[in-house]
Amino acid sequence: MLEAVPTTEAYLMLSGTLFAIGLVGVIIRRNMITVLMAVELMMNAVNINLVAFSHRFASLEGQIFTIFIITVAAGEAAVGLAIIIQLYRLKSTINVDEARELNG
Amino acid sequence: MSPALVVFLVIGTIAVASSILVVAMRNPVHSALFLLLTFLCVAILFVMKGAEFVGAVQVLVYAGGIMVLFLFVVMLINVRHLPDERVLSNFWKGGLLVGLAVFLLFFTMVRPGVFHDPAASDQALRTTYTYRHRKVIQPNGTVVRKLIRRGKVVGNSEAVGMALYTDYLVPFEVASLFLLVAMIGAIVIGKRELSAIEEENIPSYMLERSETEHEVKEAMSA
Repeated sequence: MLEAVPTTEAYLMLSGTLFAIGLVGVIIRRNMITVLMAVELMMNAVNINLVAFSHRFASLEGQIFTIFIITVAAGEAAVGLAIIIQLYRLKSTINVDEARELNG
Repeated sequence: MSPALVVFLVIGTIAVASSILVVAMRNPVHSALFLLLTFLCVAILFVMKGAEFVGAVQVLVYAGGIMVLFLFVVMLINVRHLPDERVLSNFWKGGLLVGLAVFLLFFTMVRPGVFHDPAASDQALRTTYTYRHRKVIQPNGTVVRKLIRRGKVVGNSEAVGMALYTDYLVPFEVASLFLLVAMIGAIVIGKRELSAIEEENIPSYMLERSETEHEVKEAMSA
């Protein structure tokens, strides 16, 4: 059993850093695939938070929530990538700045 | 410095560096591979906090499933890489500013010593509970049925599975329905317009549409 030397605050700082990096990636990148990867990064940061608090409060709920978040992330990635493929077929680009028309 | 802290520092540094590279890389394949590295580091961090099952799910689902999906799509749509193409959006300065603000917000909120860590007891994360009614005779003679909870230390996977199939059964089934809906949606959105058999008897509106597209292209090139 590992001692609690990497404290909860250390985990929270790490997850905050990952979340900020993911947020920057979502805002500044133009490639839609990279934007989706940055969203996955942010979800992972949230999962780190939940697992750290699950250990801190000695309760399983955080881990259960993490499993459901992973499920939602899988569905989100599948649908998002399908939308990217369809956008590429329609406009032959995956630049998020180019996709600005509401009527296909 | 304890070994756990050394492992945390090394793994955390690798995770932060590779996540910066995910955002910074020009080629999406490189981004996907660095994202894979980040996911594996996060799985190690999960295991260090007593969440072995979640770490295994992270490796299987994220590193195994989602990354393959990303790489598959990157290969499928093979974007041409122009060397002088801009990677960043027009408002990248604002994006960096927002990211810095969020980072500072988290760091001011989470100072060391905010959460007083108790002595590590991840025994509760490996415990399943069985419930049993037991008749208890009160001092005044009446018999009362009481619910007795008894904990048994097993493994983390068994504890998570027990919680998923008892207390969280309805969300579990809703998640399966969600995955079914996401699968159908992905197939419907991502499918091609026509298959090879349907090409032979194209409906008339499709022909009209392709004719208009041809006319528009000719008008634009002229």
